[in-house]
Amino acid sequence: MTLILEAVIFGILTGGVYALMASGLTLIFGVMRIINVGHGALVILGAYLSFALLRSANVDPFVSLVVTMPAMFALGVVLQIVFIRPLKEDREALSVLVTYALALGIEGLLGYLFTNNFVQLTAWYETASFAVFGFHIAYVYVFGFGLCLAILIGIFFVLYRTTFGSAVRATMLNRTAAQLVGVNVDRVSAIAFGIGVSTAAAGGVIFGMTNAFNPGSHYDLISRLLTIIVLGGLGSLRGAIIGAVGMLIIEDVTAVVISPVWASFAFFLLLVIVLVVRPQGLYGIRVRERI
Amino acid sequence: MRSPGWMRVAKWAALLLVVVVALLFPAFESDPATVNIGVFTVMYVGLATAWNIMGGYTGYVSLGHAAFFGFGAYAFGLVLAHLGIQAGYEPFLFVPVAGALTVVLALLIGWIALRTRAATFVIVTIAMMFMIQLLAENLVGLTGGGSGLSFPVPPWSGDFFDTPFYYAMLVMAFVALGISWWIRRSKFGLGLLAIRDDEDKALAVGVPAHAYKLTAFIISAGLVGMIGAVYGYYVTYIYPQYAIDPLVGISLVLMVFLGGLGTLWGPVLGAVILEPAQLWLAYNFGASRLYLVFYAAVFLVVILLLPRGIIPSVGDLIRRLTSRRAVGPSDTASSSSDTHAVAGVQSP
Repeated sequence: MTLILEAVIFGILTGGVYALMASGLTLIFGVMRIINVGHGALVILGAYLSFALLRSANVDPFVSLVVTMPAMFALGVVLQIVFIRPLKEDREALSVLVTYALALGIEGLLGYLFTNNFVQLTAWYETASFAVFGFHIAYVYVFGFGLCLAILIGIFFVLYRTTFGSAVRATMLNRTAAQLVGVNVDRVSAIAFGIGVSTAAAGGVIFGMTNAFNPGSHYDLISRLLTIIVLGGLGSLRGAIIGAVGMLIIEDVTAVVISPVWASFAFFLLLVIVLVVRPQGLYGIRVRERI
Repeated sequence: MRSPGWMRVAKWAALLLVVVVALLFPAFESDPATVNIGVFTVMYVGLATAWNIMGGYTGYVSLGHAAFFGFGAYAFGLVLAHLGIQAGYEPFLFVPVAGALTVVLALLIGWIALRTRAATFVIVTIAMMFMIQLLAENLVGLTGGGSGLSFPVPPWSGDFFDTPFYYAMLVMAFVALGISWWIRRSKFGLGLLAIRDDEDKALAVGVPAHAYKLTAFIISAGLVGMIGAVYGYYVTYIYPQYAIDPLVGISLVLMVFLGGLGTLWGPVLGAVILEPAQLWLAYNFGASRLYLVFYAAVFLVVILLLPRGIIPSVGDLIRRLTSRRAVGPSDTASSSSDTHAVAGVQSP
């Protein structure tokens, strides 16, 4: 029982970082109706950027976000303008292929620069832990969870309390109508893509501190993130957060109760069950997706 | 609009030439390394054609076909092991068994995945692929897990080894092309195209959309499974992460897009151009991982410059030139909208 409770706590803490990464992905889908298959690779790129700063200048991974998040934001805006904006016909299918190509390119480049050996981000708090009610919780998970929470709150604040946020939400609801009332949809899309990619940088740091990673790690990551956003309902931030935490709790509990090798399988199995019952996901609305 | 007479003759002559070259290729080429490239190229011709039956005709983009490829290979290996089939030509007779088993899996996956549409469908197919990969890794008693599954090794000499596999892959490619050609001309195929253009309207005019989609899905998966079976026998040893490789799943999609989505010959053209290029890149730059960067660059150029693929773009050009000469510019509008419907581009 204690083990299960521990797994649940661990699931919530690790679910936080998946919630952050999945939020960026679902935000991009919501605004542009494209699936960014390169999101996992961007997370890994963010982790490697912090890794490079750590190795060359001994910068603390969390502190390095001050540099990497704006850099990744700029990268996201550029990627959107160069690769996503030119797609006019059949956007959904073509965007999957384009972002897949970006993922392969990033994987190849990282493999060339850093080799395929596994690395991990390190800091003094990586192994240190403290005890709460007899549970040992590593500082790095708590710091990571706090950071994710702060960024998610920031995203919600921007979306629901600013004019730009209204423009984003209007674009998510109806692109054409938003354009008609004077929203610069192209600009909103580019900035939303930038925000999504900069959250990937933050997610990458926490992922890189809690997991060993190599350039090929993005496959595993993106399959999980896509599963989470489909489970939550495409384009729904609430769904992504609840989906992420729920999935990770189930994964960690399965690892304890059954076996660690079946943990990821339980994760995907949950998606299948949800789709049988509710094809649109937890918070998705049933729409004619092809417009 | 029927093509002019000389064009039809040219088409048949070109087809005949392609078939003859494909059949005689191993006889002219004695270098096993080149025949090896031939085996993989013909393999991708079959895979891309099979994928196109689902992805091109119905517009449902599956990025998880690598699951059927790997499943076919595993199913074949297990069938051979349990029936105690000796290495040689006999195993090829059991390839359809692997296809049938893949169809059963595809029925199960398709029934769930086809409850969703468009973007969600793409993601579900990716998730399914990773589920199958995890099963191959975790069911150690059945699949051998991470240490892989071995096939009986045929007693052929190194110079000859690739040739039977080349012809086996060629048979699979012809079967896939034959089925694709037949579907394109049948009422079933028209129903699939209607689903691609507008599923709700297709339903409204009485196309049994769900049954049609599922049928296209299992035909496509069954063919891919059989090709996977031949592949497993060819490489003689399969591992979960190589038999069920996301890169295989995305490569065949790119080939279809390069050649022309939803056309009969587009997948063939795409595979013949891209697979040798991919093997060349992997051979020359594989060690440094830079080949992935080159591959991604080719990929991006294709999608951004030729989003509709080579065959529809070239067909459009020829039609515009001939119709301008024959009828005058006023006809171009109607002929280009005709291509639009044929070429596989959804209007926004």
